[in-house]
Amino acid sequence: MLEISVKCIGCTKCVAVCPFGALSMSGKKAVVNMSACTLCGACVQICPVEAISIKRETASKDFSSYKGVWVFVELEDSEDLSAEGDIRKVSFELLSEGRKLADSLKEDLCAVVFAAKNKNYERILGEYGADKVYFCENEEFTVYNTDIYCAAFSALINKHKPSAVLFPATVKGRDLAPRIASALYVGLTADCTALSIRDGLLVQSRPAFGGNIMADILSPNSRPQMATVRPNVMKISQPKSGKIAILIREDIKIDKNMRRVKVLKRRMEKASSSLKIENANMIVSGGRGMKSKERFRLVEELASVLGAAVGASRAAVDMGFKEKSHQVGQSGVTVSPRLYMAFGISGAVQHLVGMKNSDIIVAVNKDPNAMIFTAAKYAFIGDAHQILPKLTEILKKGLKKD
Amino acid sequence: MKIIVCIKQVPDTTEVKINPETGTLIRTGVPSILNPYDHFALESALNLKKKHPGFTVDVISMGPPQAKAVVQFALALGADEGILLSDAAFAGSDTWATSYALSMAIKKIGKADMIFCGMQAIDGDTAQVGPGIAQQLGLPQVTFCEHIEVEGKTIIAERHIDGGSETVELRAPALFTMIMPKDHPYAYPSFTQIYSASKKKFSIWNAQDIGAESHYLGLKGSPTQVSKIYPPKKETETQFFNVSAAEAAEKIVEIMKKEGFIK
Repeated sequence: MLEISVKCIGCTKCVAVCPFGALSMSGKKAVVNMSACTLCGACVQICPVEAISIKRETASKDFSSYKGVWVFVELEDSEDLSAEGDIRKVSFELLSEGRKLADSLKEDLCAVVFAAKNKNYERILGEYGADKVYFCENEEFTVYNTDIYCAAFSALINKHKPSAVLFPATVKGRDLAPRIASALYVGLTADCTALSIRDGLLVQSRPAFGGNIMADILSPNSRPQMATVRPNVMKISQPKSGKIAILIREDIKIDKNMRRVKVLKRRMEKASSSLKIENANMIVSGGRGMKSKERFRLVEELASVLGAAVGASRAAVDMGFKEKSHQVGQSGVTVSPRLYMAFGISGAVQHLVGMKNSDIIVAVNKDPNAMIFTAAKYAFIGDAHQILPKLTEILKKGLKKD
Repeated sequence: MKIIVCIKQVPDTTEVKINPETGTLIRTGVPSILNPYDHFALESALNLKKKHPGFTVDVISMGPPQAKAVVQFALALGADEGILLSDAAFAGSDTWATSYALSMAIKKIGKADMIFCGMQAIDGDTAQVGPGIAQQLGLPQVTFCEHIEVEGKTIIAERHIDGGSETVELRAPALFTMIMPKDHPYAYPSFTQIYSASKKKFSIWNAQDIGAESHYLGLKGSPTQVSKIYPPKKETETQFFNVSAAEAAEKIVEIMKKEGFIK
């Protein structure tokens, strides 16, 4: 229920901001038409005197009307604030995973797109598994804004009642998802590393307590069940060419006054080189066992000979061996290169979940019980300080010969 | 302007070890620290206070009674007033219930122009509480900020986005979550500061003090539930080598050749 209290001063701001025309003026007070209201909260945010509130009925626990797995489709940002980017790769990862969840629930997989123009989304997203595309068309969506996206997304959820919604754990996803969860009073689990269905519920697995142990998290008493997933965690399934999703256009009116945060300028880093760990083919990583910033150079030298990116564990970053942007793990970057080499990394769970999807993992550690070995295909019990220079030397010679 | 900084006491997670036999955490002897992201958020707020006479900085934390230590630490660094939300009713709160409790407390403090949070806490890494508070209070939010400037009621913030950065403009009141800049040298209080902190105003509030509805708090009020905790399962067959450094180096080269990474 939306309630408007006697505090209403009749400023009409809520009438203008309502995306669904559910508010109007009666006398000098705002009134709500509950059949049009979706409880999106846009009016609550804009009201200058806190006269509007949303009273949520306590969960009925009958969630049979909540159906479908949704994926928020994120578009790339660009320096040109009027340009709309391509679909980000993580969206396809989420669709691939969402497809499996939807299949085990025997429900639809739906993609949600906010954009100024439809760029063949029903075809592109259909090939990656979407049955339906909820497409909200408005120029106000081109530059991401928390309030606008939150109001539109909450409204869609209230209208169509999905059972689960997946967001990328990107800057945008992490900005938006908690806002929606807070507005709807639903559960949200951050940075899930695995998702599955058990007894009709979404099982959300993630490292917990500083990342040395895994936890399965459920949101049994609220819908939708929401989760964020890091880029590079889920594998993209082979697209099915020719599969087209049903395009459902959603008409959502956006009041410009909802944009309370204005982007003045955006700067994008130059086209990412292969040396950024996010998209590197090979990563040579070092941990606490490298002992000092000077000795960490051994890791960097090997990486340089191989043309690989340099990774670091959280401990190595905390001790100042390498910058934070090189940190691999739950609190850093999740990577899935073809080759991951770990030197002097003990392998806390929070590190393991950030690199275990690498194709081949080679680990070197003095401690035969090091956790890193549980993820490794090739485990070398030995001193990284001695092995690294020898390895670099052999490779240097070998490459010179060629 | 009145700034409220939300802070959390966290275990120094780099020190947490796991018992390989039971798979449980060995927490004894693990020191507690101020969450580093909150530490930076606090310093950002205190820098604004230094620059703009008349600005005040209050800190608020939620946790067990011993979390008083981080509030005292913040007061020693220069915050004006400290509040700790502590009540058995808060125990087991997930990010939703935590945001609710903190937002109720911020409402009670009243008239906040800016609310600062760390982007996330290092023991949970969720980054959900800041936006949750902003939603509960109906405030605009700027997440992943690195720098904030204030001119009158206008705020200019530099924020991180995927693959770049943005400059944004907005008006107070608003909520900000702060990232940590690279190689930031953290400030620590002097003995004089620690001494003067003991004279500053510090309050402990319970659920009733902040007017919170009990069914929104703690385990009962949390939409997410932990159903199981377990050590990570092993997914790969591991081949072990316990050889000399020279042999290991040659073996690794051999593996790289076999797997097609080098010729």
